Amino acid sequence: MLKSKALIRLTFLGAMIAWLVLLFSDITILFSSLQGLQPDVPMWLPRVMLGVYIISLFYYYKFRIEHDDSLNFTDLLWKVFATGLITTVISLLFRLLVLLLGSTALATNLVFSDFIYQINLALLVNFLLAALASWKRLILYQKSKWLIRTWAIFEISLFAMLIYDSAGITLSETVSTTFKILIAMLVLALSANMRWVAYLNFKQKWTSLLLLLLTFFYLLYFSYTVEDSAQQISTKTLAFLDFRNQLVVIVLLVFIVTYGIFSFLVILFNLPTSSVFEQKLEEVVNYQRISQSIQTEQDEESVYNILLESTVSSVFADAAWLEITGANNVRRMYTYRVTEIESKNICDHLEKNHVRGILDAGSEKTKNLSKHLASMRGSRFRSLLAFPIKVKEENIGTLALLKELPDGFNKEMTRIVSTFANQAGISIENFRLMEEAFQNERYKEELKIAKTVQQSLLPNKLEEDPDFEIEAFSASADEVGGDYYDTSRINDHLIALIIADVSGKGTTAAFHMSQMKGIFHSLAQSHLEPKEFMQRANQALVYCLERGSFISASYFIIDTQAKKIRYSRAGHCPVLYSREGETQASFLKDKGAALGMIRSKDYCNFIDTNEIKYSAGDTMVLYTDGITEAKSSKGEEFGNDRLAHALNEKIGSTAKEIEDNIIKRLYEFSGSTSLNDDYTLMTVKFRG
Amino acid sequence: MVSIKRLQESGADIIAVIGEIDASSSIELDLAIAKSVGEGFKRILVDCHALEYISSAGLGVFMSYIEELREKKIQMVLYGLKEKVANTFEILGLADLLHIRENKSEALKLANELSV
Repeated sequence: MLKSKALIRLTFLGAMIAWLVLLFSDITILFSSLQGLQPDVPMWLPRVMLGVYIISLFYYYKFRIEHDDSLNFTDLLWKVFATGLITTVISLLFRLLVLLLGSTALATNLVFSDFIYQINLALLVNFLLAALASWKRLILYQKSKWLIRTWAIFEISLFAMLIYDSAGITLSETVSTTFKILIAMLVLALSANMRWVAYLNFKQKWTSLLLLLLTFFYLLYFSYTVEDSAQQISTKTLAFLDFRNQLVVIVLLVFIVTYGIFSFLVILFNLPTSSVFEQKLEEVVNYQRISQSIQTEQDEESVYNILLESTVSSVFADAAWLEITGANNVRRMYTYRVTEIESKNICDHLEKNHVRGILDAGSEKTKNLSKHLASMRGSRFRSLLAFPIKVKEENIGTLALLKELPDGFNKEMTRIVSTFANQAGISIENFRLMEEAFQNERYKEELKIAKTVQQSLLPNKLEEDPDFEIEAFSASADEVGGDYYDTSRINDHLIALIIADVSGKGTTAAFHMSQMKGIFHSLAQSHLEPKEFMQRANQALVYCLERGSFISASYFIIDTQAKKIRYSRAGHCPVLYSREGETQASFLKDKGAALGMIRSKDYCNFIDTNEIKYSAGDTMVLYTDGITEAKSSKGEEFGNDRLAHALNEKIGSTAKEIEDNIIKRLYEFSGSTSLNDDYTLMTVKFRG
Repeated sequence: MVSIKRLQESGADIIAVIGEIDASSSIELDLAIAKSVGEGFKRILVDCHALEYISSAGLGVFMSYIEELREKKIQMVLYGLKEKVANTFEILGLADLLHIRENKSEALKLANELSV
């Protein structure tokens, strides 16, 4: 930044010095020749100095205008205009001075006239170079490779002309003509680049026209002033150094004027169509608004309102309404500059006239219904356009646009609004998808909580007894199930065991499981008969379980004194039992209905207490249906036989080894680690 | 996935259940039974020939109607259960609560007897 500022100052200083030298040498030459003296300065100095002055100023504007990104098109024109204004004012001040001097000796002095001429020339060159830098920005807007090359050639030729001027070389007629034609072609080619005009809005176009007009005025004024004063001086003395033939200045002038005229005309002829371009721009902005409305977490309603607003403004409609079929087939009306009653009336009218399937959600195509409105009395609207709005190929509503003029909609408008309607459909779809994702996320979070609750309900440690060893295994599926197992010591020789499976999944299952845990721990301490336990548990659960839910459970009391197990099975998977000395384990056959199935006192008729004696070496395996119903990749179930077989394989081993073997066989069978249900397994090995 | 078909035969409503009944498809079974009850049928037969699997939620549906059916004196008989499905009913103790028969004629006979 600092560097470019320094460069601006340096180039300006260079231009000033060059000009002063130019002025001084020029006047000296003129003065000397008027006095009949040999001038002290070489004749070529003013020419070269003019060249230096032009180059310095060229770079000065290059840094000031070309490299300033903050300038827009009108700013550029304004810069040219402002430079013109300043230079003109300065020039006019000198004119005023000359006028005030009247016909005094100084005013008619040739040296003084030359001085004025030099100032005007410098101002003109300054103005032309400022315009050149601005024109370059305008021409190179949305540049192509070809354009950049053309411009480079143009600049190089300008430089070549500068050298030519400064050196005072004379070329043959043909060469200079060819060169002139070439330059003319270049100027024309460059002047054809007017892309920036399209990006001006209506107001900016007017401003630009005005600025260009004033620019022409300055140019005209300067050309006249410079030409006139040069003419006057040259008639009086031959020693006058005439810069009128400076090629660079001429070419610059021609270029600036040509491009200025081109721009002026293009802007002028673009004026009537500029509203179209602006409208297109507004459409784009509206599209963006619709698509962004979801990201800003706005609700569906505001998407509809944005859609209404933007479509109405895009096609200059007078009013609109939107009918949306939302969740649960609820129809909602969104209106814009029209009352709901009015739109209802129009719908009714159309229905009466048997215009079928257009304003209902079944319509597939956009339809112009204006002709049907003609017969409707009491409505201010005379044109109607209806669009279907689709989400995932499904028609969710209708967008209707109204105009008070008859035949107010053309094909182009229809096309625009269809695009809007499509965009709105996409927006709504995205919105709904996001809503769904949020819902899912919430559900997942809930499941996580349920899972934590479920895990915390299972005991960390099981009751120990010298009479048996006990092992438990539990793995839960992604979806929370309601498997529960627990132990509780009643007294020194009685231990209660429970395994239960709550029907259903998710939070409710975890909730029922916690109720089961409460019931187990409170009732087990009362030292109840298993049947009595089940009855009371059933009684308690009837008030908690909703219709259709139940809990299957098995309750055991191990009496280590009498070496027997008393148990009750309420709809739970039968116990797998293997007796010492036998090689085949078997399932205990008994009856019992699940808890919560029978909601009356009759439940006692559906549950029994069973008793078996145990001896050292016996094994009891308790499990939930997740294990027997575990599926292989072929869809086969693990089943009772495979379970029994897994126990038989390790019949003489410890509880831990038996459990490990069953789990191993189970995972081998199911072939994957992802569970579709909870696996719960409790193994009791008696020591006797 | 389940598909449920209903047809009427000698004044009884026959609900044929085809496929598997799990937590999500159990709603369809519930709807079918509710419709049948709502239409005032006094004898409802459930054809389970093509029922491959029933989860606890599906069993819950049958269970949830036991009391309502008893109050309205509607007889519901299931028939044609596959061994595996029957076993599920058996384990849960539902077999004692519901009427289950081998085939349609037996089921119809039982329903008629019970209706009297």
